[in-house]
This record gives sequence, C-alpha cells and structure tokens, in this order.
Amino acid sequence: MGAGHGHTLHYHGHSAIHRLPAHVKIVALVLFVLAVVATPREAFWPYAAHLTALVGAVLVSRVPLSYIGTRMVVEVPFVVFALLVPFVAIGPRVAVGPFEVSAPGLVAAWALLAKGTLGVIASLLAAATTEARDLVAGFERLRLPQPLVQIMSFMLRYTEVVAGELSRMRIARDSRGFRARSIRQWPVLGHTLGALFIRSYERGERVHLAMLSRGYAGRLPSLHPRTATSGEWAVGGILPGVAVLVCAAALVIAR
Amino acid sequence: MHVPDGFLDAPTSIATAVVAAGGVAAAIRGTRRDLDERTTPMAGLVAVFIFAAQMINFPVGAGTSGHLLGGALAAVLAGPWLATLALTVVLILQAFLFADGGITALGTNVLLMGLVGVWTGWLVFRAASHLLPRRLTSVAPAAAIGALVSVPVAAAAFAGLFAIGGQADIPVVAVLTAMVSWHLLIGIGEALITALVVGSVVAVRPDLVYGARPLLGARPLEIRQGVTP
Repeated sequence: MGAGHGHTLHYHGHSAIHRLPAHVKIVALVLFVLAVVATPREAFWPYAAHLTALVGAVLVSRVPLSYIGTRMVVEVPFVVFALLVPFVAIGPRVAVGPFEVSAPGLVAAWALLAKGTLGVIASLLAAATTEARDLVAGFERLRLPQPLVQIMSFMLRYTEVVAGELSRMRIARDSRGFRARSIRQWPVLGHTLGALFIRSYERGERVHLAMLSRGYAGRLPSLHPRTATSGEWAVGGILPGVAVLVCAAALVIAR
Repeated sequence: MHVPDGFLDAPTSIATAVVAAGGVAAAIRGTRRDLDERTTPMAGLVAVFIFAAQMINFPVGAGTSGHLLGGALAAVLAGPWLATLALTVVLILQAFLFADGGITALGTNVLLMGLVGVWTGWLVFRAASHLLPRRLTSVAPAAAIGALVSVPVAAAAFAGLFAIGGQADIPVVAVLTAMVSWHLLIGIGEALITALVVGSVVAVRPDLVYGARPLLGARPLEIRQGVTP
C-alpha cells in the first residue's frame, strides 16, 4: 500500500479546480462538452473562444500544458480519421494545395477535429485534477445506480492488484527463459491471462469476504462527505457558463 | 476506437443514450436475480480485464483504429447482465478519465459495446454451445465463436448509426465495408484471446465461468474411497 494512491492521469495539486468536489466537476464537464457539441460548425471564432476559456481553466488548475499535451495522444487515431474525411467524402470538390478534396468533407473534418479536441482537453483536465476515489464518490452523489458505483469502486481497487500480480508473473516467466517471439508462444500468454484472472479473483474474493465479515453492506462509509457549497457550484459553473454563452451567441449570429 | 464527441448528430446521440439507459436499467434488474456475495467482485475484475483489453489498439487502415471489445469474454465469464454493467463502467471511466470516447457519445458507445457486443457474443455462444458436445472443453471454442461474430456485428451496428446520423458525408457503403472487413480480422484476434483465457479458467475453476455453469450442474457428486495406509 506504499504505492501512489492516485491514478496515472492524476496530477497532484492544490488549485481551486483540484479542491472542487468531484460531482461539481463532472456536471461542469458534461455541460461544457454539450455546449461545444451544440456550437454550429460553420464559424471559426466560437471554437477559438471555447479553446481560450479551456486553456484559461488549465492555467488556473496549474496543471502544466505539456502534461495535458502529451496525454492527448489518445486522440491520434481519431485525428488521422478526421484528416482523411475530406478525401473520401462526397460533394463539390475544391483544390487545397496539390489535392482535390470535398468541400463539405473539409467542413466536417474541421468540426470533428475541433469538437473532439475540445472534449479531450476538458476530460483530461477533469481527470488530472480529480483522484479516482473522489470520482467514484462524485458519481455516487449524482445518483449513478448503486450496482454501477460498486463495480466501479471494485474495478479501481482491483487495478493495482491485477497489475502487481501480472508483474510478478512476468518476472517469474522471464526468469525461466520465456521470450514471446512468435504466435506459437500465444498459448503461454493465454495461460498467463487465465492464471492472472483466477489469482486476482481469489485475492479479491478474500478481500471481499473480509469486508463482508466487517459489516460491508454494499456502500463504503464516507469519512468526509463532500457537499458542494453554492460558491463551489459558482466556480465550477464558470467554464460551462462561458461555453453556453459562446454557443448561444454563435447560434444567434449564424441565424 | 470509441465514438468521439460530435461524430454523430444530436438526435442520434440522444436516441442511442435512451436505448443504452434502458438496457443498463434492464441489466441492473437482471443482475438482482442472481446477486450473491461474489457477483460484484467478479464484475469488477471482469471490468479490469476488459479495460486492459481495450487498451490494445490496432491501427486499422483508412485512418481508424480498432481494438478488442471483450464483450463475449465478459458475457461468458460473468453472464450477459453483469457483463453489460461491467462494460458500461469501463466505458464511463474511459470517457471521464482517459478521454477515450466522447462524453456526449457515451450512450452510443454503451449501446455498441455494452449491449450489441455483449448480447451478440452471448447469444452466439449459447447457440454454439448447443451445437457442440456438452463437455467442459466445448466452452472455450463456443466462446471463441461468440467473440468472432460479436466484433463485426458491433462494427456493422456502428456503420448503421453512422448512416442515420453521421456528421460527415462519407458514402455509407465505404464505411460499412471498411469497418466490417477490418473488424473481421480483429474478431479473429479476439476469438483467439477469448478462447485462451476462457479455456485456462475453465480448466482450473469452472465454477467461476458463468457460461460453464449448466454443464457443472449435470455432474453428479462423486465420493471416492480414501486410501487406507
């Protein structure tokens, strides 16, 4: 238990955004993304405004921009797809440099990229400023059904167990001279996964039975119940508020 | 690749979210029937495995990427109801923690992977189990067949949603052929991994495999004579 308690995306800090209760951040994130997705895609300036507001929030959180930047690789397959859209889409062609591309495809690609990127940055900011167990508590406060909350907390607790078990098994396998060179070694890897499943399950089962015998009835007691003050709701509402205003302005101007 | 924000239009996203919410509510009711002290840890562990499996992304030509879905694996190990819940949790955490899959597209992703993937895998697994001999060794091949079918079916379902509410003017046939042909290949990989994992769990702890329970019930209690020294 001496290992780090945050998840790999968490960036430790004490900014105003770090201190916000998790459920406020979840609601703010959902509202922000909804406003971005609803923004009409013909104009450029609303997206610049969204991005400015979002970068402002990142600066307030004191999470380094490079930290968010390196984690945006998750978006790469999607970016490649968006870049290919103008080439495969149908519609009137326009010349861009040496290529003939579809004009509606170009607009679609731009909108996909802009909306997707803003969504990714916003999620990464929320993940970087929220610890995993706070996130589970936040979902619980937002009345996510109990079975889902329980599975989620078990999953986050199991992740460390499974990763530790796997690394021990890998060391044991490698020290016996195993090298995964070709497809013939797949059965060994398959057995590794099967054994990993059973070992992790049996460890988790012992933990779960110990919890049950100590009176666990499906809900972990919360030592510091986090209720949000109206001030915290106001702070959390700044970013989605700006996004909704920008979206509304863009809709009015586009009309 | 999970469906990102802004990929499908609002009516499609909302409709898929409603369908997904209905499916998850049905799954919660379904799990209540066979709830015991081992279900929740089981679902949590299955969720970890699915989470890890979905991290492995294969670059698929034409700019998209595919990954293992794990729907059939989850359904065979934990039962289809619990598998739907496990997949839903995985997708929620991926959207909120790793920005993989858009938040407004969460309903779409739950529909495609948590409902279509899991239930296709489970129904095909059941059909295959009926055709194969009733032995424990048939569980792994049946699970492989379920996995093989479920991946392209989920890809085809995505192409169908794209035809209804896609936000890019790409010919639907092109999307369908690209998605389904590549996911056939991914389905083969998924079938192999599913068979290997299910096979090795069945060999040691068949009682943990939901899909193997009907076979276990048929086994009579066998009392062996102890060895006298």
